[in-house]
Amino acid sequence: MTGIIALYIFMLAAFTGYEVIARVPVILHTPLMSGSNFVHGIVLVGAMVALGEAHTPLEKIIGFVGVLLASGNAVGGYVVTERMLEMFKASGARAKKDAKEAP
Amino acid sequence: MTSGFASTAALIQVSYFLTAVLFIMGLKRMSSPVTARSGILWAGAGMLVATLVTFLYPGMTNYELIIPAIVVGTSLAWWSGKRVAMTDIPQMIALYNGMGGGAAAAIAAVELYRGGTAGVAISTLAVVGGIIGAVSFSGSAIAFAKLQGLIHGSLRFGGQKFLTLIVLIGALALGALVAGEFNTSPAVITGIFVLALVLGVSMTLPIGGADMPVVISLYNALTGLAVAFEGFVLNNAAMIIAGTVVGSAGTLLTQLMAKAMNRSLGNVLFSGFGDTAAAATGEGPQGSLKPIDAADVGVMMAFAQKVIIVPGYGMAVAQAQHKIWELCQLLIDRGVMVKFAIHPVAGRMPGHMNVLLAEAGVPYDLIADLDEINSEFDTADVALIIGANDVVNPVARTDKSSPIYGMPILNADKAKNVIVIKRGKGTGFSGIENGLFYLDNTRMLYGDAQKAAAELIAAIKAVG
Repeated sequence: MTGIIALYIFMLAAFTGYEVIARVPVILHTPLMSGSNFVHGIVLVGAMVALGEAHTPLEKIIGFVGVLLASGNAVGGYVVTERMLEMFKASGARAKKDAKEAP
Repeated sequence: MTSGFASTAALIQVSYFLTAVLFIMGLKRMSSPVTARSGILWAGAGMLVATLVTFLYPGMTNYELIIPAIVVGTSLAWWSGKRVAMTDIPQMIALYNGMGGGAAAAIAAVELYRGGTAGVAISTLAVVGGIIGAVSFSGSAIAFAKLQGLIHGSLRFGGQKFLTLIVLIGALALGALVAGEFNTSPAVITGIFVLALVLGVSMTLPIGGADMPVVISLYNALTGLAVAFEGFVLNNAAMIIAGTVVGSAGTLLTQLMAKAMNRSLGNVLFSGFGDTAAAATGEGPQGSLKPIDAADVGVMMAFAQKVIIVPGYGMAVAQAQHKIWELCQLLIDRGVMVKFAIHPVAGRMPGHMNVLLAEAGVPYDLIADLDEINSEFDTADVALIIGANDVVNPVARTDKSSPIYGMPILNADKAKNVIVIKRGKGTGFSGIENGLFYLDNTRMLYGDAQKAAAELIAAIKAVG
């Protein structure tokens, strides 16, 4: 990847992130922050590569910690986001059910 | 062999591309309540694909370390994420976010120690990403400790800003030595990360608890940026795209939160808040606190036409949301119009209170945000404040010397009767006295929120 292409990717991704979030209602701010927190858990693939290339004991220790932290970020982010959004779905379904039951 | 490598490399690239698509579409779906659940599933699928395919990376070694690290990290996060209470979600986000920042810093450290960064541009990205990641790591750890109640108050001393500035300059100076390839000795590289970790701590310690959501959101954006920078170093498009998307989305989210609290980001980071409030306000509110019995409140609410509930974090701490919803259902059955008024910063971050109410089973359509509900307080017979404080403090409208002056508040004081359920006479999370409690139309119902709600339910049932 040449530098200028990388720069273009950076610029376009930045606008994408802004636009995707711009229309989010306040009620979803917390799950969304958690969801975006999960997305940067992609650092796991980088940490795996870094540890995969490590040679000295120091590099291996730091790489090990990196992979451990990164998988914590990805998995933890996923679990709490999914838990929150699951409740939102249930609440919507319940509201619909109540509306149907109402005379 | 060569063609085998080439096709593996192509598989990896295509998979990362797919991951980037799934992430962006997942985030997009997460921006609407209807599709939000599927959004996280899509993003999760993307993460799984990227992780699995990375095991095929050409030239990878140390599998005996990679796999245990993933197993341990995954187990700890899974275990903690599944059992954390919904009230504690904000600090868990801070914790997981800090881990991501730490991982980005670890990548930078490994690449710099082993001399894997070729050229000044790549070295600079590695160093800057490493500093940002390390700041996010230690800063998020402090934010977690504050919200978890492990650290109380905000530590501040004379010359602290100066010290923070010195540490920042030191980290950047050492970073320049390494990035410019003037001195790439392990000692200098270590120095960068030590200073960056200290920087995160000294930046976050002085910030008051009320401002923590903004800080967590900021560190979330910073971690994204750090991940993107390390993506450049590793020539990994998935990391660049995902990191940058989170970086910009997180920045926007941070601005939205700061705006909701009427605080600028600079204000949050560089000025004290809360601790100085008592000194700043000078004189306390006039009048007295007037207590009331649950039975009287029950009658008042049972014969009201419209009741607006203003829940705050105190309600969630007392786990009273289920009882409150039960109370509301009783009122609705009697024909009372019930609405929930949610301030953008009710709970510990914007949207947190919606999560907590959703957990209790409150349907969406009864929940209104600040702009929708504020004109309705005039017509409400009862405004029931449960564990909320600063967000209904009319001082924000009138007292220019108050630190929350200008913050948009819920106009609960405009209701005919204001009932405040409160444990004791203490001040809120920010430590500011609340003028609402002393108004003529305000009555205080002292007690634990859950117990008070149970008493109100009994009182309304007694009305028949």
